[in-house]
Amino acid sequence: MASLASQPEWMIRTVGLQKTYFLGGENRVHALRGVDMGVRRGDYMAIMGPSGSGKSTMLNLIGCLDRPTGGQYFLGGDDVSQMDDDALSAIRGERIGFIFQSYNLIPQLTVLENIQVPLFYQGHDLGKTLHRCRELANLVGLGDRLDHRPNQLSGGQQQRVAIARSLVNDPLIILADEPTGNLDSKTGAEVLDLIDRLNREGKTIVLVTHDDKVAARAHRVIHMKDGVIDREVINRPPPTPSAS
Amino acid sequence: MLRLQLIAIIRLGIKSLMLHKLRSALTMLGIIFGVCSVIAMLAIGEGASYAAQEAIKKLGSNNILIRSLKPPEAARQQQGGGGPRGMSLKYGLTYADGARLQATIPGVKRVVPSRIIRENVRFGRTEVPCQVIGTLPFFTEVTGVELVRGRFLSDLDERHQNNICVITAGLAQRLFPTEDPLQHSVKVDAFYYRVVGIIRETGKAEQRTQAGKMEGQPLDNNVYIPLSTSRTRFGEVLIRRTAGSFEAEEVQLHQITVQMQDTAAVETADPQIKTLLRRFHDQNDYELIVPLELLREAEATKRRFNIVLGSIAAISLLVGGIGIMNIMLANVTERTREIGVRRALGAKRRDITLQFLVETVVLSIGGGLIGVLVGMLTPVVVSMATDMKTIVTLWSVLVAFGISGAVGIVFGLYPARAAAMLDPIEALRHE
Ligand SMILES: Nc1ncnc2c1ncn2[C@@H]1O[C@H](COP(=O)(O)OP(=O)(O)OP(=O)(O)O)[C@@H](O)[C@H]1O
Ligand SMILES: [Mg+2]
Repeated sequence: MASLASQPEWMIRTVGLQKTYFLGGENRVHALRGVDMGVRRGDYMAIMGPSGSGKSTMLNLIGCLDRPTGGQYFLGGDDVSQMDDDALSAIRGERIGFIFQSYNLIPQLTVLENIQVPLFYQGHDLGKTLHRCRELANLVGLGDRLDHRPNQLSGGQQQRVAIARSLVNDPLIILADEPTGNLDSKTGAEVLDLIDRLNREGKTIVLVTHDDKVAARAHRVIHMKDGVIDREVINRPPPTPSAS
Repeated sequence: MLRLQLIAIIRLGIKSLMLHKLRSALTMLGIIFGVCSVIAMLAIGEGASYAAQEAIKKLGSNNILIRSLKPPEAARQQQGGGGPRGMSLKYGLTYADGARLQATIPGVKRVVPSRIIRENVRFGRTEVPCQVIGTLPFFTEVTGVELVRGRFLSDLDERHQNNICVITAGLAQRLFPTEDPLQHSVKVDAFYYRVVGIIRETGKAEQRTQAGKMEGQPLDNNVYIPLSTSRTRFGEVLIRRTAGSFEAEEVQLHQITVQMQDTAAVETADPQIKTLLRRFHDQNDYELIVPLELLREAEATKRRFNIVLGSIAAISLLVGGIGIMNIMLANVTERTREIGVRRALGAKRRDITLQFLVETVVLSIGGGLIGVLVGMLTPVVVSMATDMKTIVTLWSVLVAFGISGAVGIVFGLYPARAAAMLDPIEALRHE
């Protein structure tokens, strides 16, 4: 198994991944009951499933926001399931880009400053990376809004800022938990177009959704049920590893 | 690199605080009051003790003052009407005392006896109540007296019992608003005294005008005449008329100022003088004033005063600190989501701790700075409004400012740790 995990084409590999929430006494919730799956470089994977099936739990583990209670998780060849809080923070900052359902921009910061936040915690000189941040803002179509605050932007614009922010550290993988959940279908489609484009340019993407139309954009869809993978649907053939 | 990061965190902290301007300002107010009260209270305390010490120093720290006192038993007798009418009450210091002190106490430099008699002084139609002080020429060398014009009493005046006088500047102004005092004579009782000099009592001037204002009668009105003149013009028996009844007293000297060579001599002479006087006085008709001792007492009082003021100020800073902690805890709860986002984007626990700690310290240091400004201004206003002397010392400013910074760190640590220990997922899910 370990040899499989360390194969370089696997960006992400989970082996018997489990997550149990202990609620005190004998009360416990088995959110994940042993998940085996892998994501290749340049892949675009959607996770679907009924409410409470463990999608968000899965995404949080992949994003190193949480630690599994069982099994193993390899990210870019490293076993991260046993790392301490500081190491996990470092990995989040270097290798993961998050896009949240509710955008989660920091209200007191401008668009530009929001995009800079991940750089700040990587110890970058913000002056030197200004150019890159501007470029990203242009990429998401907000180059003329750098000094605006989140509450001066529409939901779609906020989510585009969040996408720019997720890209700023050039992460291995972008994780999105229902990124269009709060948007109407038109702006949602714009945001998804942007994500499609990132994937075409080589970014690896994992996305949680309830919407079949959204899932249809991914290369493949895994359906979860009661904390395990129920089935997997391939929409398109996965890209060759050299595509990146 | 690290410094850039810290500057960025401080700017971020200010930005976050500016988001709730009123709240931040109100929180700062606690620290502002704390720091301001530390500085202002210490300044007032310092000023008060300085004034007291200056007044005592003007008495001369090398001096020992002995004053005649009406013995309490005698006073009671007289009031009860038991004393034989027309008979004078005899008490107080004598010329012999002065001579004995000069002869027996080691380390004595000068002994200056003086007689102080309350009378009215007149020039033309103006009549002013005053003290007629009969003393020796070297009076000026023993106490803080500044010659304004003319000369002081001389040995010749003393020997010839001259009818001359030296008056204080305040009195000169009252008696001679338009004329030159040195050209004229003033009248006390039935005798005329030529004015030969004007002096200013540097030491007690402040105190005296203060006291004078309250009594409605300035004590600055002194007429100095030769001791021998005083003795012959006023006699030994002094008659005082109070509310229709006579009161006759026989007092040779009202005050003896003993000037010692140095402060060490003051300490050894103090008990010796007491012993000597006790031997020749069978009643308690004098008091000893040792400025040096008063000075030490004033210093001890000041220390006690500072401790009390310091405790009050410390409590107000403590309250300010609790206010800051309260607001920062509310702040952390309110910004749980932000904390979650930052953690997701790579912030380590210590990054979060630092961010919130910096915010608290910015609050308290900002409050401290404003407090220092207000605290340095308050004593100035107090001085102008109340005539009280105030002194802002550098150490009180440094201590107050230092404490405000420390308050920020101490009371900011817990909220900052609480923020850092939040679970990222829980924090992200927080509404
Ligand atoms: N912090 C927690 N403590 C206890 N139980 C939890 C916790 N987080 C999730 N769970 C439980 O774990 C299970 C999976 O939750 P999860 O959030 O992964 O579901 P989901 O698939 O994302 O659902 P949805 O589509 O509604 O977002 C649920 O039964 C949920 O109640
Ligand atoms: Mg979910």
